[in-house]
Amino acid sequence: MSKALKKYKAPILLGAGILFLVIGAFRGEIAVVLQKAIIICLECVGIG
Amino acid sequence: MAKHSKKRLRTGVQTAFTALSNGYLVGFLQGKIYTGPTKALCLPGLNCYSCPGALGSCPIGSLQAVLGSRTFSVSFYVLGFLMAVGALWGRFVCGWLCPFGLIQDLIYKIPFPKKLKKIPADRYLKGLKYVILAVFVILLPLFAVDVTGMGDPWFCKYICPSGTLMAGLPLLAANTALRSAAGWLFAWKSAILAVILFLSLLISRPFCRYLCPLGALYGFMNKASFYRLVLDEDLCIHCGKCEEACDLNIPVLTSQNSMECIRCGDCKNACPTGALHSTLDQLLTYKTGTGSSCQSPSSK
Repeated sequence: MSKALKKYKAPILLGAGILFLVIGAFRGEIAVVLQKAIIICLECVGIG
Repeated sequence: MAKHSKKRLRTGVQTAFTALSNGYLVGFLQGKIYTGPTKALCLPGLNCYSCPGALGSCPIGSLQAVLGSRTFSVSFYVLGFLMAVGALWGRFVCGWLCPFGLIQDLIYKIPFPKKLKKIPADRYLKGLKYVILAVFVILLPLFAVDVTGMGDPWFCKYICPSGTLMAGLPLLAANTALRSAAGWLFAWKSAILAVILFLSLLISRPFCRYLCPLGALYGFMNKASFYRLVLDEDLCIHCGKCEEACDLNIPVLTSQNSMECIRCGDCKNACPTGALHSTLDQLLTYKTGTGSSCQSPSSK
């Protein structure tokens, strides 16, 4: 790994993470998460 | 700050964060879960979204929900969240913000005749969490789908003891209908929980070491994150006190930013010369202009 890349891996990772977050939000993934999170997850509880 | 007050500070932060992120108390009394808009946001730690008090979502549960949905085969939203948190803190989240980590820490504090640094086959068992991440969190929800194209959250369903403790037990205690529906799956998950809780008496953080897929993910970012541990070779006297203090049996002197490190800070607190510090300490020292221990560091 080049020295510059090593030095900036945290900001690059953070930037990529934020970019991914925004892309995911625009794709409508938040609705899927919310839909799953507001009903009791029977699998998590150990029933379904 | 004295060693003990630093430990108390961590327990205080863990407790406060757990209480804040699970602050919907009515849920515990009524056997219901919170259904407000904040549930769309992920929490950094393994915090089941079916915990009656949960105000946010578990990132591992959310990842499986999106991967197992009909619409998406990759979750930019959850991966982006995990990358951003990992870039900032790495596994600091495990040490300071995870509710299930707090439970294991509290149990480990209970006196027991023999406390162990590791269990037999520790080296191989550590790899299990990466297998669980790949198979139960990603591959099975993505490819083992029903006729409608939906996949199950396999990790939540068959493994997650945090879900059993934070969601299963309180919901079943307060909700008669759910209680009557509990069967072999609940018994299986309760058995996993019981084993993890018992092991927590013997060794520090058994679930985080061997099974947690969230810890596995954050671990990949431990070396890259803004928050890292740094060893000042000039100040280090190689006394080994840092390695002695590490309950996770990490070779601190050679691998301060190991994927297994949960950033509890015990090694830092044990260092008699201040040779071991974090990038955050460096930043604070630089800002306040105090101390001389944060120069010419080497981080591994």
